[in-house]
Amino acid sequence: MLKISQLHKSYPIGDSSLHVLKGIDLEVNEGEMVAIMGSSGSGKSTLLNIIGILDDYDEGDYTLDGVVIKDLTEKKAAIYRNKFLGFIFQSFNLINYKNALENVALPLYYQGMKRKERQEKAKYHLEKVGLLDWAHHLPNELSGGQKQRVAIARALAADPKLLMADEPTGALDTTTSYDIMEFLQQLNDEGKTLLIVTHEEDIAAMCKRVVRLRDGVIMEDKIVEQVRAATVNV
Amino acid sequence: MFDLDLWREIFQSINKNRTRSILAGLTVAFAILLFTILFGIANGLKNTFKEAFVDDAINSIFIRSGRTSKAHKGMQAGRAIQFKNEDFDYVKEEYGEGIEYITARIYLNVNASFRNENNSYNVRAVHPDHKYLENTIIKEGRYINQNDLKNKTKVAVIGRLVEEDLYLKTKALGKYINLNGIQYKIVGVFTDDGGDNEERLIYIPVTTSQLLYGNNDYIDQINLTYDMEMDFDQAIDFGNKLEKDLKERFIVAKNDQRAVRVSNMAEANKGVTQFNAVLGIIIFIIGLGTLIAGIVGISNIMIFIVKERTKEIGIRKALGASPRSIVSIILIEAILITAFTGYLGLLLGVGILEWATPVLEENFITNPGISISLVISATVLLIAAGSLAGYLPAKRASKIKPIVALRQD
Repeated sequence: MLKISQLHKSYPIGDSSLHVLKGIDLEVNEGEMVAIMGSSGSGKSTLLNIIGILDDYDEGDYTLDGVVIKDLTEKKAAIYRNKFLGFIFQSFNLINYKNALENVALPLYYQGMKRKERQEKAKYHLEKVGLLDWAHHLPNELSGGQKQRVAIARALAADPKLLMADEPTGALDTTTSYDIMEFLQQLNDEGKTLLIVTHEEDIAAMCKRVVRLRDGVIMEDKIVEQVRAATVNV
Repeated sequence: MFDLDLWREIFQSINKNRTRSILAGLTVAFAILLFTILFGIANGLKNTFKEAFVDDAINSIFIRSGRTSKAHKGMQAGRAIQFKNEDFDYVKEEYGEGIEYITARIYLNVNASFRNENNSYNVRAVHPDHKYLENTIIKEGRYINQNDLKNKTKVAVIGRLVEEDLYLKTKALGKYINLNGIQYKIVGVFTDDGGDNEERLIYIPVTTSQLLYGNNDYIDQINLTYDMEMDFDQAIDFGNKLEKDLKERFIVAKNDQRAVRVSNMAEANKGVTQFNAVLGIIIFIIGLGTLIAGIVGISNIMIFIVKERTKEIGIRKALGASPRSIVSIILIEAILITAFTGYLGLLLGVGILEWATPVLEENFITNPGISISLVISATVLLIAAGSLAGYLPAKRASKIKPIVALRQD
């Protein structure tokens, strides 16, 4: 469903430029749960942003669900993001003056869905992450784990093809991290395709495939034996 | 197209971010409030000066006589100078080209009566041109005319309050009035913006007065208006030359301030006009200043708001918001706040002016006010400025990559 070949990306730094991605080849099929690993500066976040159509690339090819993603207008990019992708961020990125329900409903608003339908669907997803009772709470009234669950519900709301998580457990303690991972594994079991950027080995081990980046190239790409988060004792 | 959801988004954003909404609103409301009040007061000041000169024609020159204060060419000091018809004719002949209207004046104090009512009034015996010099407004009938002068007719034009006093709510026009025992026919009733005293006057023809009260050709005063084509400096020269000529005619020392007195409104008017021009500039600067301050204020706040919302914009973009929806949400919010609070400032400003008018009028500020169209233009200008100030950063924010926006903390 996702195919990348010979992807290059560099950032201008002053007069010179920093070559961040130096020819990435990556293919992800439906139902996969892929961890992208690498130290900081390896290019893993840049890769995720390009895949997430949050950033553009210089050279190479990228197709997502059969659609060529290249030189999109802002408007097109917005539509594709809304249709194909769900984002989960390290810092949750909830809108702080909207309550949990409104946050989850926001991508549906941008799909042009009717208000009532939006509310229904948002409630359904909040229930799925176990936070229906917290629907009318503002983000600052929620714990870190709860915030991330709301963010996951929001990412799921638009029913995306691909869920992308950028260090989803980076701001959480270990117990909460594993709770979140357990939930993400469940989603994967249900058939969702997941792409998780992390630098933590234990989190990567909970995926089915690990791609390691170093200095802008893929060093290693292997299928791993998935560790079920539910079985890990903290 | 009306998009309920868009408005819901905007109202939520305004409502949930009260501090910045109130801050932005206050800036606009305060700018419009200040603009309205300052402009209103400045206008009032201008009105005061305008009103001070409303009674008499602004291009008047009054010539009066008195006693000499200095001995000159063998004549002793203390000699009385008396104007006569020939002096009036002399001025009219010699200065005809520069004169618009000219009249003589004789002052009389009479006891006037009609049936059982009687009272004491000031009478002015005048030429027909007097009407224009004094800005007399004829309410009914006519003013003194050339025929009256020629035939020395016994006619009178009375003020509105004379009619009220003596004729007790009946029409005076066509009736007779007894002035010191002589019956005059009332041919006109007038009003005057100069106040009650001006409306308690009675005008009669100058020739009639000379015939009936003294049988001479004396006149007390010559009033004229100079040709409006002249500018102030020319008019002042005109007055000076007139004074010099008359002093020579009556053999009076040049520096004698009492014998022949020519008072020229051009001198005062020059000052007032200059003052008004300066006032106009001050009003303009005040208005422009408050507006610019308001524009800078609202622009600052809009830039700040967009900066503050950068992360939110990033989130919205990641969730699929188009650049257009980002711009419109920020812009409509800005317009809504500025329009509402601008209107509030307008109401408040006009209200305060209205409320303060009695106090202000005691302090030489007449009818302070501001044209509604001007305040509305000012409000619209502020809205436009606020929108523009919001639009540019909003446009930029809508274009930045979501990833950059999201990284902002």
